Amino acid sequence: MRYLPLTEGDRAEMLAAIGVDGMGALFKDIPESARLTGLLDLPMHSGEIEVERALGAMAAKNLTAGDAPSFLGAGAYRHHVPAAVDALIQRGEFLTAYTPYQPEISQGTLQSLFEFQTQAAMITGLDVANASMYDGATACAEAVYMASRITRRHRVVLSGALHPHYREVVATATRFLPQEIIAAPTFPGQEEDLAAMIDNQCACVVVQYPDFFGELRDLTALADACHDAGALLIVAVTEVVALGLVRSPGEMGADIVAAEGKSLGNALNFGGPYLGLFACRDRHVRQMPGRLIGETTDVDGNRGWVLTLATREQHIRREKATSNICTNSGLCALAFSIHLSLLGEDGFTRLARINHAKAVTLADRLAELDGVELVNNAFFNEFTLRLTRPAAPLVDELAADGILAGVPVSRLCPDDDSLADLLLVAVTETATDADMDALVDSMARAI
Amino acid sequence: MSDLKYTKDHEWVRVEGDAAIIGISDFAQEQLGDVVFVELPAIGKQFKQGDEAAVIESVKAASEVYAPVGGEVVEINLPLGDNPGLVNEAPTGEGWFLKIRISDTSELDALMDENAYQKFTQG
Amino acid sequence: MDHPARAPARHQGLQMEEGLIFEQSGDGRCGVDLTEPPELDDRLGGLARDGAIGLPGLSEPQVVRHYTRLSQKNYAIDSGLYPLGSCTMKHNPRLNEKLARLPGFADLHPMQPDSTVQGALELIDTLAHWLKTLTGMPAVDMSPAAGAHGELCGMMAIRSALEARGDARKRVLAPDSAHGTNPATAAACGYRVQSIPSNDRGRVDLDAFKAALDEDVAAFMLTNPNTCGLFEDEIIEQAQAVHDAGALFYCDGANFNAIAGIARPGDLGIDCMHINLHKTFSTPHGGGGPGSGPVVLSETLAPFAPLPWVVHGADGFSLVEHAAQAEEGAFPFGRMKGFHGQFGMFVRALAYMMSHGADGLRQASSDAVLAANYVLARLQDTLSLPYDGPCMHEVLFDDRFLDGSDITTLDYAKALIDAGYHPMTIYFPLVVHGALLVEPTESESKQSLDHFIDTLEDLGQRAKEGDADFFHQAPKHTPRRRLDETAAARQPVLRWGDRG
Repeated sequence: MRYLPLTEGDRAEMLAAIGVDGMGALFKDIPESARLTGLLDLPMHSGEIEVERALGAMAAKNLTAGDAPSFLGAGAYRHHVPAAVDALIQRGEFLTAYTPYQPEISQGTLQSLFEFQTQAAMITGLDVANASMYDGATACAEAVYMASRITRRHRVVLSGALHPHYREVVATATRFLPQEIIAAPTFPGQEEDLAAMIDNQCACVVVQYPDFFGELRDLTALADACHDAGALLIVAVTEVVALGLVRSPGEMGADIVAAEGKSLGNALNFGGPYLGLFACRDRHVRQMPGRLIGETTDVDGNRGWVLTLATREQHIRREKATSNICTNSGLCALAFSIHLSLLGEDGFTRLARINHAKAVTLADRLAELDGVELVNNAFFNEFTLRLTRPAAPLVDELAADGILAGVPVSRLCPDDDSLADLLLVAVTETATDADMDALVDSMARAI
Repeated sequence: MSDLKYTKDHEWVRVEGDAAIIGISDFAQEQLGDVVFVELPAIGKQFKQGDEAAVIESVKAASEVYAPVGGEVVEINLPLGDNPGLVNEAPTGEGWFLKIRISDTSELDALMDENAYQKFTQG
Repeated sequence: MDHPARAPARHQGLQMEEGLIFEQSGDGRCGVDLTEPPELDDRLGGLARDGAIGLPGLSEPQVVRHYTRLSQKNYAIDSGLYPLGSCTMKHNPRLNEKLARLPGFADLHPMQPDSTVQGALELIDTLAHWLKTLTGMPAVDMSPAAGAHGELCGMMAIRSALEARGDARKRVLAPDSAHGTNPATAAACGYRVQSIPSNDRGRVDLDAFKAALDEDVAAFMLTNPNTCGLFEDEIIEQAQAVHDAGALFYCDGANFNAIAGIARPGDLGIDCMHINLHKTFSTPHGGGGPGSGPVVLSETLAPFAPLPWVVHGADGFSLVEHAAQAEEGAFPFGRMKGFHGQFGMFVRALAYMMSHGADGLRQASSDAVLAANYVLARLQDTLSLPYDGPCMHEVLFDDRFLDGSDITTLDYAKALIDAGYHPMTIYFPLVVHGALLVEPTESESKQSLDHFIDTLEDLGQRAKEGDADFFHQAPKHTPRRRLDETAAARQPVLRWGDRG
């Protein structure tokens, strides 16, 4: 077995040094009735060729997004990742290191995460960010917990245009806790009056920006309304590339931003692993969940970085911890950070402009088709179309022709018949003119 | 012999009139190591004896400070916000935490005096 | 701060000093060539950003050099034995990385129609089959993103099952040796946690456990093998007692790597267990994540598993993403995360399992346990052993061997760094004083183990000879020496800039 260095001779010598005559003596504490005497009914070991063949056959049964005109978004956006990103994150010193518990020999991970925290704080427009969380949806649930801790209130208002998975994850995470979830109804394209739902028991309002339907709205007035009532504004962002072009949530008054950072540095991966970004104001940092890296100096006076404020975390605080979270999304955060370093200010804003320009062009072309109506007034790289027929079967038809046309809203909201004709279409820099032509042509035929 | 009284959770109390000044013992600060953060209650807050009154954090530990006697918080040691190291430097002096107006002085009776506390920590 | 003023650190041989990216910026530089789009009227609704974000501009070679230099400041499994107990730092095969990057896996959108992702759904279903077979459990939920997330999933399933039968229990029992995630998870499910003491054998005190067990107890959370590296040999009796009391049994599977292929948790009477794919099945730790934490479930808990899951019908595989689509008798308690779980980690874990096979997985567990017992046997006279062996995949020492030396567990660990090793886990579990938890894993040759043991022995001797200064100064040969964690926590500087 190629991964196991011990030889039969080694094993015999080691057993002799231990002073036992076989492995049975070392497993004696496992109740005999539960000890397996033979092998389980699973395949035997395989060489690389066989494993590649087996998994390659599974991969070949899928329609790869890159092999089709692809316009899927709804919280996961297909972007081009520069080759340097993957080469760097596969360096063994990053890939095969653990959580940086010994800072003297983990400065690489620590410094890169400190840089990540800085980048995440910068693009969200907030003061500080943690070293990442599982994904955007779980970061959003953590933000709700945090708002309750800060305000000592338990009423949580969720926008109707918050991604349905985020709504479900928040509802699940608070299911057995005192939080009361008030979910606004979903009316795509219409402005919600969330301010009217805030009262003096409200811990926070959670909105998405751009929202689930791609719409961009100014959140300043909502932030003021939250703050007037002693509540916090949590802003979820599922497409961080938008932040290259639009005003940051922090600038509009958000107290916490919970974002999906997958768009930078990370592949689609059929939904995971992704990258939760979590940023907040300075004054709330001790209520923040997750791992934090801080700057300090060593005994020689040289600048260095350490894990800090660990007393918030489960391994010290146990049942009183801010969260039960133990891992972060370290390697995904590194990929994000490298991609954003490559882009820099100029590249990040240009990437955002490209996305927006393509989306504007495609939205206008599609809206010209008979039976297609653009729901949005303002959008970044994703918009919602109202069709004259249910969107889900149309998407299946086009998929059969090798076109991934978009995400039918009914896939995420199957219970609301009024949403059945809505299609979410996302356009990124990866879409070519030919891809867009193919979508417009096939939509024209299918409607 | 000091005028301090101690709890088994390593808080001390100094009675001044109807008020109790509260902090943590020298033994406790040494066990915790460098104190990095202290969270104090709001003035006016009411505590029963044994309620969680404050939180103290070192680099690698966090623990609660319990009210040795019940009452209302009348003053807190604001300088601890910027300089939590005072708890290490002068735990029974400038590193005090809060002042409570005592609601029932008989609650003091169960506390240890300096001698008893020394024996308790050595035992 | 009272550190002596010194000249700033400089390059030394292969060890390069490297500033922050923000300090290397040049306006207008960019490491990605992108064609400027045509000018058009934006549709941003007046929300276009005015000012700059402040991101640094670098070319590709600068970025590559920056991160390459940073990487060289890290210790990693690829560079040496990484005996971090309870973390399972085993070899990460590169085949797994290669396969996870096949476009047919990596370039799949989670909302593609099921008809276009049959191979991905087959992979999830296949991995689920391996996990159920290895654990002897009837069901598995694949969605949790990490071990602690899996714990949350399992405990929510327990609470959902109890509530469904109208049973409003309030307490969860967990041993004092438990990982901090256990009490934190129980609290996140609205439970109060009661700690059960360990006995002098490093295991749950059965009498104390039975005394605490009553009709108000919802669940018992037990890590097995436990955090002292010992198998809880009374587990069947504990499981019986838990069920007799009407409670459910959560097993923390963080240490499943000791028994995979040796014993099945399903035969021990548990109701659920999370599996850290990043420990037992070698998906890389990546400096702290991403992980993946599927949860196996008993018949009692399976109906409450959260969304989504994969089903196999006449038309092939499909995803159940909503309660209304679920088969009769399913009462999913909710959803743990966006989309369908850590799919990229599933690919890696399945590649690892298929490489090992039934025979190799059993051998890997066996070798891990053999290696730990070999360390125990050879070091029991130099270091101090709180509990007698045999141990499982990791061996726990305490700091009695340092008594009277003015050297702490931390000092000893830091000296190990100068000798070329990442230290073992220290000060955990909390049930012994100055804990040193060593997990060598099955990835080490005997030669490698011998060298590591010799090093620990030498340092142990040196400590006994009283050379405290040597230990207090360590480490000396690292990119940074001991860092001031107190200053970092008292005045937190959490980002670059002029804030501080």
